[in-house]
Amino acid sequence: MTFLLGSGAGFSGDRTDAAIPVVAELIRRGQPAALIFETLGERTLAAAHRAMRDDPEAGFEPLLEELLAPVLDDCLKHGIAILGNFGAANPEGACRLVAGLVADTERGTASIGQVHGDDIRARLGELELQRWEAESRELPGEEALISANVYLGAAPLVEALALGAEVVVSGRVADPALFLAPLVHHFGWAWDDWDRLAAGMMAGHLGECGAQVTGGYFADPGVKDVPGLATVGYPIIEVEEDGSLVVTKPAGTGGMVTARTVKEQLLYEVHDPANYLTPDVVVDLSAVTVREIGPDRVAVSGIRGKPAPQRLKTTVCYEGGWQGEAEISYAGPNALARAQLAAEVLRERLAFRAPSELRSRLDIVGHASVFDSDAGDLQRSVQGNASGDYRLRLAAEHAERRWVERATQELLALYCAGPAGGGGVRRQYQRRVCTASYLVKRSDVNAFATLFDASLFETKMANERRAAHAN
Amino acid sequence: MPTEANRVMPSATAGREVPLHRLAHARAGDKGDRLNLALFAYEPQHYQALVAQVTEERVLALFAHRGASRVRRYLMPGLCGMNLVIDDVLQGGVNGALNLDGHGKTLSFLLLGMSVVTE
Repeated sequence: MTFLLGSGAGFSGDRTDAAIPVVAELIRRGQPAALIFETLGERTLAAAHRAMRDDPEAGFEPLLEELLAPVLDDCLKHGIAILGNFGAANPEGACRLVAGLVADTERGTASIGQVHGDDIRARLGELELQRWEAESRELPGEEALISANVYLGAAPLVEALALGAEVVVSGRVADPALFLAPLVHHFGWAWDDWDRLAAGMMAGHLGECGAQVTGGYFADPGVKDVPGLATVGYPIIEVEEDGSLVVTKPAGTGGMVTARTVKEQLLYEVHDPANYLTPDVVVDLSAVTVREIGPDRVAVSGIRGKPAPQRLKTTVCYEGGWQGEAEISYAGPNALARAQLAAEVLRERLAFRAPSELRSRLDIVGHASVFDSDAGDLQRSVQGNASGDYRLRLAAEHAERRWVERATQELLALYCAGPAGGGGVRRQYQRRVCTASYLVKRSDVNAFATLFDASLFETKMANERRAAHAN
Repeated sequence: MPTEANRVMPSATAGREVPLHRLAHARAGDKGDRLNLALFAYEPQHYQALVAQVTEERVLALFAHRGASRVRRYLMPGLCGMNLVIDDVLQGGVNGALNLDGHGKTLSFLLLGMSVVTE
């Protein structure tokens, strides 16, 4: 029997009403189903750790309540399991919030599963670490380390479902593992059934970014148009026991599912397509095919799997000092020259008003910015419109807050002391959390699940399981 | 069927130099300081032009000003596409860069601005 995987969110900051039509469609179909919230990336994990440093109660998905509240009641009523990595840096805090939301539902009670084991910060010094292949950064000293989280696979999520969890809260698990887990739980796939595991992971890969497979992040007006982006339907992936996949979306929603929307997402964040590394399986996409089989229905086949890697990727977060930004606009006659003069003045000021180790970058938004180098090669070489609408942007970074403040204040001072007609200054600065990617041995990772007891965090069960794993 | 699948793409006369944007669509993804650009021909008959002209060398040159150190290209003929993996091009990546777009999400359209000659 077909299992349905619905996506409720594809990143932290995603639309908080996206899950509603997905859940309505899952209920309408009446087949076994799960709803997945994927809200954790390299940027958001770092942000969660930053938030938790300032407030120990924070550190999980800030939109968790807005995401879950509209659909929780329906999911509990209809047996639709909810899985999310919305625990981020603080799964326990997220469980507490979910428990509160559950109390407000009609049923008033539910089993909440918590995944443990991704946080290896305390053991980092003892573990044998390898640098991830594209990582050039050295690990910082102990004093600068904030966190280390392993990308867990689906096993602890499956364990949570097996314990009876109706809502599963995790921190750092590999995004697609959230989708693979209910499939393994439902179909009873073996952990060495590589082709099926690979298909399940790719169901996750296609669904994990929400609307990115259903017409979101795809539209290019007049070239590739997408209907109804304001109400784009988030994906539903239909999976069969043999690993066959169909990508679709709820009826009556905007967006579209075509071979093209699916192809773009298929290779999203993939490096070698013959060796896409996930914690549970190495996926081989060399022979994959994508076929439109009906309106908003695309079948994906030819996914192959190879044995799981022996090492798991770990995101290490560490103190990155302070980072700030400030901007000012110039528009109308001779605006480009005025913005360029402002940049020159600022550069000159920073050279004697800030220490030499201040790292900074100047963009002229509207002229050359996102494609440019840090040194501004394009800004100097590209021919611009003399009378456009430009925004000079300064970004600065330093270990000490005061120098970042000083740098952004120098931009502010362009109001009175810079070129004519500058306006609309905005400035902000914040702590920066940097990340580096390392690999740990699979055998060094101890992932497991417990049922969350709202009244007692260190549950007896958790202690027993931990003791059992240690043996 | 979805409207987009039936679209007639703007015609590209054989032998003419056009932006890649006329023949192909693309999406960027990031991991650390590494960018991948997935590029797909709209029409199968243009795939060979992409294979011949969107080479590792040309892509490296296009991103050289941003410090790109290496480009690897993986061809996906079954999808009429390719995956371009570019190292050290994100100026530090999402948690290390000073640029506006630390993910490098906009860079798919830097690639699509590349000139290609239709066959």
